[in-house]
Order: sequence, then structure tokens, then C-alpha cells
Amino acid sequence: MPLKPNLKKVLLIGSGPIVIGQAAEFDYAGTQACRALREEGLNVVLVNSNPATIMTDGAIADEVYVEPLTLSMLRKIIIKEKPDGLLSTIGGQMGLTLSMQLAREGFLKEHGVELLGASLDTIEKAEDRERFKETMESIGEPVIPSRVVTDVESALAYAQTIRYPVVVRPAFTLGGTGGGIAADEKELTEIASNGLRLSPIHQILVEKSVSGWKEIEFEVMRDGAGNVITVCSMENLDPVGVHTGDSIVAAPALTLADKEYQTLRSAALRIISALGVEGGCNCQFALDPESFRYAVIEVNPRVSRSSALASKATGYPIARAAAKIAVGLRLDEIRNEITGKTSACFEPALDYVVVKFPKWPFDKFLYANRKLGTQMKATGEVMAIGRSFEQAFMKAVRGAEISLDTPHLAKLERMTADELKAKILAQDDERVFAVYEALSRGVTIGELHRLTKIDEWFLAKLWNLASMERRLREDKLTPELYYEAKKMGYPDKAIRRLSGQEKLPPALPAAYKMVDTCGAEFEAETPYFYSSPGESDEAAPFLARHSSGKPTAVVFGSGPIRIGQGIEFDYASVHCVMALKRAGYEVAIVNNNPETVSTDFNTGDRLYFDPLTPEDAMRVIEMEKPAGVVVAFGGQTAIKLAKPLGDAGVHVFGTSPDGIDLAEDRGRFDALLESLGISRAAGRTVRTEQEALEAANTLGYPVLIRPSYVLGGQNMMLAFTDDDVHETMGAILTANPEADVLVDKYLMGTELEVDAVCDGEDVLIPGIMEHIERAGVHSGDSIAVYPAWNLSKEKTEELVEDTRRLALALGVQGLVNIQYVIHENKIYVIEANPRSSRTIPYISKVTGIPLVELAVRSMLGEKLRDMGYGTGLAAPGPYHAVKVPVFSFEKLSGVDTQLGPEMKSTGEVLGVAPTMEEALYKGLLAAGYHMRSDKGMLICVRDSDKSEIAPIAAAYASLGCPLYATEGTAATLRKAGLTVETVKKIHESRENTMTLLESGKVGCILSTSAKGRIPARDSVKLRRKAVELGVPCLTSLDTAAALASILKRHFREEDLTPVDLASLSRPESQKK
Amino acid sequence: MEQPTTLLLENGSWFTGKGFGAPPDDGTVGEVVFTTAMTGYLETLTDPSYCGQLVVQTFPLIGNYGVIPEDFESTRPRLTAYIVKEWSHTPSNFRSAGDLDRYLREQGIPGLYNIDTRALTRLLRDYGVMNGLLTTQAPPYDEKLLAKLRGHRSPRPVPLVTRQKAEHFPNDGPLVVVWDFGAKQNLIRELLARGFSVLAVPSFTKAEEILAQKPAGVLLSNGPGDPVDNSELLPEIRKLFDAKVPMMGVCLGHQLMALARGAQTVKLPFGHRGANQPVKDLETGRVSVTSQNHGYAVKTESLPDGVALRFVNCNDGTCEGVEYTDAPAFSVQFHPEACGGPRDTGYLFDRFAACIKESQQEGSPCL
Repeated sequence: MPLKPNLKKVLLIGSGPIVIGQAAEFDYAGTQACRALREEGLNVVLVNSNPATIMTDGAIADEVYVEPLTLSMLRKIIIKEKPDGLLSTIGGQMGLTLSMQLAREGFLKEHGVELLGASLDTIEKAEDRERFKETMESIGEPVIPSRVVTDVESALAYAQTIRYPVVVRPAFTLGGTGGGIAADEKELTEIASNGLRLSPIHQILVEKSVSGWKEIEFEVMRDGAGNVITVCSMENLDPVGVHTGDSIVAAPALTLADKEYQTLRSAALRIISALGVEGGCNCQFALDPESFRYAVIEVNPRVSRSSALASKATGYPIARAAAKIAVGLRLDEIRNEITGKTSACFEPALDYVVVKFPKWPFDKFLYANRKLGTQMKATGEVMAIGRSFEQAFMKAVRGAEISLDTPHLAKLERMTADELKAKILAQDDERVFAVYEALSRGVTIGELHRLTKIDEWFLAKLWNLASMERRLREDKLTPELYYEAKKMGYPDKAIRRLSGQEKLPPALPAAYKMVDTCGAEFEAETPYFYSSPGESDEAAPFLARHSSGKPTAVVFGSGPIRIGQGIEFDYASVHCVMALKRAGYEVAIVNNNPETVSTDFNTGDRLYFDPLTPEDAMRVIEMEKPAGVVVAFGGQTAIKLAKPLGDAGVHVFGTSPDGIDLAEDRGRFDALLESLGISRAAGRTVRTEQEALEAANTLGYPVLIRPSYVLGGQNMMLAFTDDDVHETMGAILTANPEADVLVDKYLMGTELEVDAVCDGEDVLIPGIMEHIERAGVHSGDSIAVYPAWNLSKEKTEELVEDTRRLALALGVQGLVNIQYVIHENKIYVIEANPRSSRTIPYISKVTGIPLVELAVRSMLGEKLRDMGYGTGLAAPGPYHAVKVPVFSFEKLSGVDTQLGPEMKSTGEVLGVAPTMEEALYKGLLAAGYHMRSDKGMLICVRDSDKSEIAPIAAAYASLGCPLYATEGTAATLRKAGLTVETVKKIHESRENTMTLLESGKVGCILSTSAKGRIPARDSVKLRRKAVELGVPCLTSLDTAAALASILKRHFREEDLTPVDLASLSRPESQKK
Repeated sequence: MEQPTTLLLENGSWFTGKGFGAPPDDGTVGEVVFTTAMTGYLETLTDPSYCGQLVVQTFPLIGNYGVIPEDFESTRPRLTAYIVKEWSHTPSNFRSAGDLDRYLREQGIPGLYNIDTRALTRLLRDYGVMNGLLTTQAPPYDEKLLAKLRGHRSPRPVPLVTRQKAEHFPNDGPLVVVWDFGAKQNLIRELLARGFSVLAVPSFTKAEEILAQKPAGVLLSNGPGDPVDNSELLPEIRKLFDAKVPMMGVCLGHQLMALARGAQTVKLPFGHRGANQPVKDLETGRVSVTSQNHGYAVKTESLPDGVALRFVNCNDGTCEGVEYTDAPAFSVQFHPEACGGPRDTGYLFDRFAACIKESQQEGSPCL
């Protein structure tokens, strides 16, 4: 079946901002889909509110709209672009739901747009719980007894009939948001009411719990002719009960006999056939470990996190094939790019094991509830490939960047047996390490199986590791033992530490195996490798066969997605690769994040899917013998490699390891600034709480406290009192007792951010971004506006000059990101990072200046003067752009939502428009602020904010919002002549701020408090309540003022104009 | 166990690992083949079609779910040796009756593990099928041994694996004879599941004896070895064609039916062994994923009149199945009975059943 003849132009909806449950995997899928469609000669229109993505790049799609993902905006874009088809299955739940709504309301039909990938009927059969159940029953597939209810009473009544424990799953929510397992009526009442509220259609499913069964997933494909295949099976190490996004997952399924495997495989194929999906589909099953009984847990008729993992685990590009199928091709008409010889209509055969390990944000959120359940909490994941489970697991653990290089978690050593057992039963993110600790202490596999229901096979593998660790500690380190440990995945650093032996036997030569989809049955020329110590190497012969004579560059990626280091670094890494290729290099990529475009095997010339530790990196370098390596685009993960690689004599392209150190070492950087006559806030470096207290009192409160060498402001706090210093230092020193801690005088003022390219002689600044929130809110959590809107000409010039001098003095070759604060009309530097930053994709897209490319060319010695984009500050572009952060607070119970120096957002959206106000409105709309002036505003602010609160409150009052405030704030507002209703604090009365919120009278909260974080505090409780109720909660006066200014303009969604960003980077001649 | 053990190949390359299962002896020699199936090692071990071969599993972790006798495809393993990357000391499955090492020891099958099975597979892929020898003798090895290895020819395997006397599986429905050339048990299970009573007969059974049973259909089973070694069977098969009895052929059965009608077979470079082979039905255009285990194929261009190509392998275009336009018969190279592997083509047994029914009613060809 060829391409559908009526198709010329296809619209693709992305998945929006990165939130927990919907992350980079959809950028990978979307980018692959765009490329696949363009290969077929189709014109691709892309809509996504997320500017950090690769898909929203002029190089990937023909028309790019970074616009709010609302029905109104999508309708406008469809009317403007007149696409023939809408691909519904690539943009995650967001894309699927929006496609479904557009189809259901008849808009698509009316405008001649065909729904591709999954029809309306297919989507509804998979997404509507009742229809799903009916469909499964019609083909004889067992589902878990369940009922859809729309109120708590029915939930309780049904639970009586199926008996507790029951699982609650809200309809149409991401990553299981709002779900949970209830053991009794009390718990069910709480979870059900929460789930009902969070479900956009106020539906929850109450389901019999099969917690403890094996959780098995199949990724299946189907084409329009009805051909069906399974791409990959996956087995969760954690049995049913832990969300698959929070589970350690192995591929292929490892503990199923062929009978069980084929039973589930056949079921998955029957399901995709019954649903009529044309593309990829994910089927999750629960399998009773003691019988052949199984049940279908969930089906996603679209690409998913699991399909991204399956694609990387097998080499089978699911999203690419799904896109081709959606436009009419059959599976056997799509070529398997890996072998080049076979078609996409086959099932990959693996000759290795893949382990996925989640990346959780609990290192940032000290007070978050770490218990894992039906609600996903991980922000990202790493994948590891090995020839044994042990090896893959070890790579996953050290690749997850959790300060571990073995499964031995030191703090568990101190636990008593009872404490350890309690820890295991708590089922939190550290459970696997607790299980490992228990195995090390001699607790039996049988006992641990009883406690956790983790299959004995997996426990035995962990036991093997524990046993190796014991041998390394106790036995003489013979060469045999050393090589055995290496094959099991132990890094040299761990072997040295465990054996106490500094000198190791001669290293095994670097050896890599190829991922070829076919278990070596066919000769493949895929440059997709993973390390396999002690086995024969396939990479060197491959390099010899494919030598082009070009120099090689190795690019290090950014590892798992986490708060502070997101998809924007993958954007930069991928663009770096493209630029290096254009500059005549062969490029090898090293990364371990399966969700990304950078780990697509055809992004670079070669892909090494391995951890980003110095030892692993050196092995790749030993194999590739590169002219140089690039560490400047992979965030902190890659930049951390600069020093060890530099010390090992590896050439680092761009800013030298010494230049990087100069920017990060407090003393050296201060001296440099002083020599340049550039100011920065006074500060000290301390190591103990006592020193911190002295520093704080000498500098004068408030002070900013943070560990050096961090990204995303982990454990960074604004301290107003000695108590705050105590709390923060405690947290920092617990995480790392050796940490250098910076204590800086906090300067209140306007925060500005600059990304610049420097070639060693000149500097190009694409634009200056100004934050809406004053300094003190982490730049990643601030609303950032381009171009800066209230910077004088004089100050602009000064800023440009400071940037130029600082970049040159640091020896920057490539990118540098500098943050400034203007305090009392004076410019201070906050920090400078000679690497790619969070804002690179955003500023590149809105200015049309390809920053990464210019940076790469600068690194390689070209001069900015010759690149055609000028030097100095670029003239502002035609549009204003506002970046608005997006949070995942509803997924992370216990986390205080008050913004501060520690970054909390998981993603961002961008509003682009001809005026700043419209851009801000678009940004806020895209970020999900439901802005309405017909409900009340509850204000409770800390004393230090009271002097500024009146004009902001007045702005809301003038819009007709009734004002509510707690006593102190209310008094301030009355003094300013405002009418306000006083509300009691939680502890003051039974009628209080919480009950007011629950009453539904309040549409927005402004809450700031001097203290936060600890969940028991009133202010934190109030803010958490707002999250639960979905009431916007502002925690900065500046955000509140900005929002008020927008509300005043009375923007309406219908009046917004979509902006095609691709046109900005297109040459003049091609502009429409 | 744990004894250093080496696989020596006829081209002189060797892989040293550790032994498991039974110790090898002078007779641990044969063709080395690999299978890419990720599950179904018990079915592989007990598939009589592997008779005389040293079987390599490309998936590195074998034995995870232990030994489950009810999943066996025949009474005992017929392969010469079993080669894996890693076997599981701690299998886990609710039906498991023990571990692989013990089972292989009990069955007298030598095993080799802890070698780079991927490197071995690549070698077999690039050089084609080779003879190999499993030995505890340490390298080096002299040319005399290699010459002997190259010259090694396993005895004709079908007579070794076929049942020695007929076996009846009673049921309510019409009788189907399974002509056992090394039949997998699931062929019989699939027929029983469709109501047929089954009479499994040895390979040396004459056509007259089969026809004397007045079977509603005859299924020619899978089996090991080079199909042309079984020339005495071809006239017998022709008699079945002449009798217009409905026939279904699987794997070796498929090849023998084609040979009986004058087609030729060819040795494949390294065979098809695994659970992921895509096969296209030329009539419907549908592609199915199939379980396969064969080193020879019917040459498509040699198909005589009356034999139409119906299925082809999507990867290499080889013949995967034919239908007979002048007889109520069809045959496939792959394994619709699965075990191990995908069950996607199990519908062929339904087709056979329909063919039998139609034939009983009208005496017309079935496809």
C-alpha cells in the first residue's frame, strides 16, 4: 500500500512541556516522525508549546508553531495551514487527547483533515474505561474487575463488592496522576475524591488490586493491512503496584517461559487488532507468578515512554515506522534501516539485556513523599545494555548519576535489621538498594521475595553482585577476580575502593558489541554500540571498514532528564553533532538516556550507549581516538568530564578545562572579576555550619547558600535567619560532607540572563533575557522575557561590555551563559557558565540565530566575524518571547511549591507574539494558568513582602476579584484602602484558609512565607492544598503583578495569532 | 561442571569456556547452528530437528525458568551439544522442576557456557555452517583433527528420531495420521485440539499402511537433516498424492512433499533458526512472524507444475510454503505449531481441518 494519495501536508501535535509522566520521549518520537514523513515528501506542520524540543526546529519541520496547546489555537493553525491529515499518536497523551477532541467536535471533518494513526473510534476504545473493557471482553482478554464511577459513594460501594485493596485510576490523566492504592474506606475516600477532581472528565476507575503480580509490557505494531508484530517485551523488576515509569525495567522479559511469553504476545496482537491501531501500541499486562492467569492492565494506542525505551533497546525505530504506517505504508514496505537488508515487518531478536533505571527528583525535594505507587514520580531514566543482567544493572546504577557506582548505598549500612525491613516495605526509590543491603547481610532470597514479590531470578542476580562485592572486599584481587568483576560491570574506581588495592591488573582492552536487531543473524552496519568488557570487539573493525579519513569528535550527552538538566541539553547536543558533521567531522555520541534524539543511532556517525563516567568515557576515547571531545553541550553531566579527560591528555574542544574551572572555582572567579572590575555579591566559601553562620552574620541577612558545582540549584536556599542556615547546611552536608558551600549576600533586583558565543576575539549576544521575578527565584523557575523590557540603553551597553570582557577573560570558545542582577542601578554578576544553557533552544528559535552551530564553529577555530551573524548584541527580532516554567507539583506530594533559589520546574513553555503582553499571555496560557477574574484572590505574604503588596492587590481588586487575606496581610491592605475579607490561619480556627480554598470561592492564591519546605508548616499545607485543588498558586509578588497586568488587558484566546517560528531561520528568499 | 571446555570449529577457530551438563566425549561433534529465539529453550532442546547438531543460543541468558517437562516437544533432547553464554543457576518459575545443568547431565547432553556466543554466531554467519567439536582437550589442535572435523558427516538422522512404533491418540473426530520424521509434540496437540484423533506413525511406514487406516488427512512432520537423504520416502509420498488424501507438510515434511513432486532443495548458508522470521502470504499479502528451524529450503524455481508458491521469507525471499493445485495438499517450511515461538500461523491447522472437511464432503482440492 503506497502513501495515501490525498496527503500533502500533515499536522503533528507535540506533547507540550516536560512534566513527570510526559518527557523527552515525545520529542524523540516527534522528531523521528517528522523526518519519516518528510522522507515521504510530505510537508510537516508542527505545533508544540515546548521550545526546548528538537522537533520545534526549522530543520525538523516545515512550519513550526510554538504555541499554547489549546483547541482554539489548534483550530486557528489548521485554518491557516490547511493540513490534509493530523497525526494523533506521536504527541503523547496530550497530542492524543487534543486530536480526539478536534475529531469529536467535527472540526477535522469540516476542514477536510483526516485523523491519522488512531481513528476516533480507536482512541475511544482504548481511552474510555468502559469501552475498553467491552472491547477486551469481546475478544476474550481478561481485564481486572473494575468499575468507572463519578462519585466517592459509588467508589466505596463497588470496593465493598470486590474487596480491598483496590486501585484508583483517574481517566485521562498523565502518568497515573491522582491515582493510588487504597487499603480501606478511609484511604479510598481520600484517593477517590482527589482522583475525581484531577480527571478532566471527572471519572475514576476503581479496580481490584493485583499488586504483586509480574508486570509485563509488549510494544506492538500494526499496519493498515492488518499485519501485526511485537517489537519488544519488557519486564518490570518491581511487580504490579509500582508505576512502570518508576520501575526498574528489563528487556526482553526475562523470567517468562515460552508458554507465558507467547500467551501474552498473542494477547497483545489480538488487542492491537481489535483496537484497529495503525502504528504502535503499548500493552501492559499483569501475570500471576503462580499460574497462567493474566490480566490486561492498560493499553496506549500511541507511542509512549515504553516505546521510546523499546526502540532504543532493540534498535527498532517505532515512531518512524508508526508515522509511515499512519500515512499509508505497510510494515513490509518500510525498510529496516539497521540491517538495510530486511523490512520493518519482523521482530527484533536481542542478544543482550537492557535495564532501565528511573531518575527521581528526591535529591532536590528533600521533603517529598518518596513512596512509589501508581503515580509516577520519576523525571527521567537511564538505560543500560549488557551481555548479562548484572552488567547492565551496574551500568544503569552508575549511569543514573546518584553518586553510586555499585548498588551499595552507604547510609543503609547503619540500619538495624528491623529498620532495613521497614525500608524495604516502604517501597520507595531506594528499595532495590535496601534489598541489596539485605542480601549482603545474608537475608535469604526467599525471604526477600516474600517481602517484595520481586521475582527470585532478579533477586539472585542482585545476590551475585553482593557476592562479588564481598569477594572484592575479602579476597585477594587476582587477575581472574578482577576480570570477572569487570565483566559483571564493576568500574575500576569501585574495585580499587573495595579491594583497597590501588594498582590493578592490566586493563581489558576496550570492547564494544553492536545493537543490530537480529542477534547477529544478518550483517548489520549500524553504528550502535555498547561496551562488553572481556569479549571480542566489533567497533574497531567497523571503524576500519568505514574510515572516511575525516577527523573524529566525541560528543558527550547529558544523561537522564532531571530537574535542572532537561531536554534543552539534548537539543544542544544534537545541534552540536549536526554542526560538527557539517564542519567535516565524524561524530561519535556517548549518552545513556533512551528518551532522547541524541541516542537515535543515526543522529551521529556512531552511538555509544554507555554511562557518562570518566572511565566509560575514556574507553570510548580509546576506541575512537578522536581529534577532540565536546563537553560543553551536555549540561553538568558532560562538563564534569572536562577535568578528568583533560588530565588524561584528551583534547577538549572549546573552552579549556582550566577555563571551566576558572568559572566554577569561587576563589579564582572572584579574583578574575576583581581584576576586570566587574562586581558580584560579596560572599564566602565555607565547609561547616559554624563557618556558614559566621559568614551569614558578617555579610548580613538575607544570604544565599548553595553547594558549589551544582546545576539547578540543588539544596540552594535563601536564608533570612540563623535557623535557615542550620536547615540548609544540614541538608547540604548530609548529601556530601565534603562539599564546599558558598554563602553570598543576597542582592534583590532585576535578574538578567545572557547567552553568548565567543570565538576568543569577539562575542555575539543573540539577545538579553529579563526575568519577571526578581533575583532569588532560580532562573529556571523564572518567567524570562526576550528582549529585556526595562533595561536602559546605558545599562544594556554596560551589560554587553561586561559579557564580552568576561567571556574573553574566561577563555571561552563557544557558549557562555551569564546571569546578572541589577541592584540599586548597579550590575552584579551572579554566575557564569562556559557551556550551553537551558535558554539556548529558546533564544536560538526566537532570534533565528543558530547559536549551537556558531559555538561549534567557534570551538573549531572559525571567527564570528566570518559567520554572517555579526558580533556584539544582535538587533532584536520581530517577536517578543516569554518563557514560562511548568511544574509537576501534583505528582510530588509533600513538595513545597514556593519558588526560591532551588529549581523546581520540570519543563517550560514559550509564548511568542508581536507584543510582550501577548507573548506573556500566551506563555501563561500554555503553562496552564487558568486566568479568571470572577473568583477571589487569597493573599498571605511574609512580612518582608508586605510593603509591596498593596498595589498588586489593588490591581486584582480593580478587576473585580474579591480579596481574602490572613490577618497581617489584611491589615496592610485595609491601610491601603482596599476591601478585604480576613481569613483565619489553619491553626487559628476551623473556618480557615483551607476551608476557604475548598469552598471554591478562590481562583488564585498569592502565598509567600519566610520559611517553607517542611510539609507540616501552615504555609506549605496551604500551597499543597492549592495544588491538589488545581488553584493557581503564585509565590512571587512579581509573578502576581505580571499576571494582573495581563488580566487587565482582557486578552481572549480567540484573538491570538499563531506565529510560524521556522520562518525566522529560513533564508529571506524562502520566506512566505 | 566448570571444567574448561572448548568448541573447536572446522576452520580452526576455537572458543574456550566452561563445561556444564554432561562431559563431552569423542562423539560430541556435529554441525554447529545458532538459534536467535529469546524464549523457548526447552522446546529447542527437545526439538528432534536439532538431531546431530551443536546448538548455540544467541540470547545470552538461558535457563531462567528452569526445566519444565510439560513443555518438552519430545521425550528427550536429540541435539549433540548445547552452547550458551550463561545458564541460570537459580531458575524461577512456578512450574520449574530443576535447573538446566542437572537436566543436561541426566540426558547425557554436553554443554558449553561462558563463551562469546555473539562472536561465534558472527563467525557461523560469515563462514556458513561448520562442523564443530566440543572437547576438554586444551588448544592447540593439529591439522589432522581439523581434517577429521571437516570430513565428519553425521549419520542420517530421521531413523534415529522417529518413533519406532505407531502411537494412537484417541479423540472424537476423524483420524489424521502424523507421519513422524522427528515430529514435535505440538503438531499432535494442535490436531487433538481441533478434535481429530491422531495416529503417529514411524518414518519407515509405507504409504499402503497409512492409507489402510483410511485417514481423513495426513500430516508430514518436521524432522532433522538433509531432505535428499530420505529418497526412499519419496515414492511413498507420491502414493499419498495419488490417493488425493488431504496433506499438510511442515518443515522437513514440506521439503519431502516438494521433492516427491520433483522439486529440488538447497542448503542455506546458515539456515533459519529462531522465532522472528517474517513470512509473506502471496495470496493475501499478509506477513506473519514465524518460528523456524531449518538448514535447507525448497528451490522456488524448481517447483513443478501443480505446485504453486504461496509463502516467501521476507528477509531472503526463500520458499516458505506451497500449495498443490492438483491435490488437496499444502505445506510450509516454518512451524505453525510454534513451541517455541509465535503462534501467529496456528490458523494453518484450521485450514487443514477445513480442507479435510471439504475433502470429505466433495472430494475437492482444499486450497
